[in-house]
Amino acid sequence: MTTVRKRYRVGALPWIGPAMAVIFLMVLYPAFEMIKTSFMSIDATGTSHGFTGLTNYRTLFRNPNLTAVLERTVVWTISIVVLTVLISLPVAQILHAKFPGRRFVRYALIVPWAASVVMTSTSWLWILNGYYGILNRILLSLGLIQDQKQFLGSQTQSFTWLIVVAIFVSVPFTTYVVLAGLTTIGEDILEASTVDGASGWQRYKSIIFPLLRPALLIGMVINLINVFNSFPIIWVMTTGGPGYSTDTTTTLAYKISFRNADIAQSAAMATINFGIILLFIVLFLKVSRWRDDS
Amino acid sequence: MTTVLNKKSHKKITGRKVTLTISGWTIALIFLAPYVEMMITSVKSKTEILTIPTTYLPQHWTWSNYITIWKQLPLAQYLRTSIVVSLSATILVLLLAIPAAYYVGRNKFKGRNAFLLLVLVTQMFSPTSLIIGIFREIIRFHLVNTWMALILVYAAFNMAFSIWILSSFFASIPVEIEEAAWIDGATRMQALRQIILPIALPGLVTAFIFTFISAWNEFVIALTIESSPAHQPLTVGLESLIGQYQVQWQYLFAGSLIAIVPVVILFAMIEKYLVSGLTAGSVK
Repeated sequence: MTTVRKRYRVGALPWIGPAMAVIFLMVLYPAFEMIKTSFMSIDATGTSHGFTGLTNYRTLFRNPNLTAVLERTVVWTISIVVLTVLISLPVAQILHAKFPGRRFVRYALIVPWAASVVMTSTSWLWILNGYYGILNRILLSLGLIQDQKQFLGSQTQSFTWLIVVAIFVSVPFTTYVVLAGLTTIGEDILEASTVDGASGWQRYKSIIFPLLRPALLIGMVINLINVFNSFPIIWVMTTGGPGYSTDTTTTLAYKISFRNADIAQSAAMATINFGIILLFIVLFLKVSRWRDDS
Repeated sequence: MTTVLNKKSHKKITGRKVTLTISGWTIALIFLAPYVEMMITSVKSKTEILTIPTTYLPQHWTWSNYITIWKQLPLAQYLRTSIVVSLSATILVLLLAIPAAYYVGRNKFKGRNAFLLLVLVTQMFSPTSLIIGIFREIIRFHLVNTWMALILVYAAFNMAFSIWILSSFFASIPVEIEEAAWIDGATRMQALRQIILPIALPGLVTAFIFTFISAWNEFVIALTIESSPAHQPLTVGLESLIGQYQVQWQYLFAGSLIAIVPVVILFAMIEKYLVSGLTAGSVK
């Protein structure tokens, strides 16, 4: 017994130290470096000319596109997260029920989750192609359109399709979160509520949905962070263009640094983004604690 | 009473079952559609791709695209980078996450909560949001155009999830099993290797596959720090085709499917843990 006790006394550092070192080096240090960069003067070659206080933030706020991009980021994040949840709820309900081929359908749903978002976006770009795209062909065959349509031709249309694709890649994860929630509810409660005589919708609203709320809230916060950070969909399909018309703050930060070669101003944008994400994380922590209490 | 109810619900279910089956299969169709279109395009000929309006199915199934692509693109190079980087990052994650998760799952120690908070918070960070900082750090350490840069970044950003899911697996294994081994003279490391790890195998597989897939699919970091084709993974290498004057969609999609199919199979292997493990691991 004494030997066992002794072994317990070996410090935590040899066990958790190496993992912490990698996290510090490649996650926390870059965060520090980025925030520091946002207060520095750095020229196009990457040479630093010391601290400049809030100059980069001032330059950023003078950017005439910023307001529109900020508004678009809000629309982007909220519409995708809300619509994803609204779609995932019934989809999970269907996948939770038993029907022939359910296993196959579940496997089909994980394909967009496992596949690279870049490649999925590329396929959508091709499907929506104004000349050779299959969507044009389908709509022509059905007689819904008379001529080929440029689905990514106007700003509104492009942005709408970007949102559609983002929902497409977010639904699988969210559905599985809801499925996990449904599994914890247990068959007996679901069964019992079936024989109560309440209508399906009433039953869902008063019994199932409240029980799903904890899982749903957490799924929503994770989606909030992912969607806000989302880069490949916009980059592949429109590169935020034409101009800045389909940019979010995430793609704007990237453009400022790697197209306009103003890494310090970009760091200012990214630091603001990072602050917003930290806010989401605080929200996440609150939500998970709320779950533990209940 | 019970029989009556059963009869009633049975009848109801058969009616429901048709709707359910149709909805279920429609969902499958929608979520598979972009990949089916990828597959169809990947076996069309160069000229057929540029017909207006497009054909539903290839007139000539040009399976040879899957052979010529290896000569048309540096696909073998991209594939090698993706495999080396993803595997190395995954192995590094497991090597460091297993001891950390084991210790956290087994012991109460000073700073445990701080460590768990660190893990939870970094799990929420994405490389995209820190790209500027990572880029500056990689330049400072002279790691531009190296595999090492990607391996370190991918390992760091996946460490949290693996520690989280593994520690919940380790914590669920009764400590008595281990203590018996210690009394038999095994060291703590030996007990971990020979007794705990085999029991926690599902958790290890889940952590392995999640890390591997996230490294395999990563785009932004690789796009930013790997400018030489020799160090670009599949995601970046294939996407560089889009910028070209004449996009070779058939090769782009043949290459994409070569990248997608293996990870979908891996992911399907842990499908049953997605429901149970995901909420237990990433969410609690």
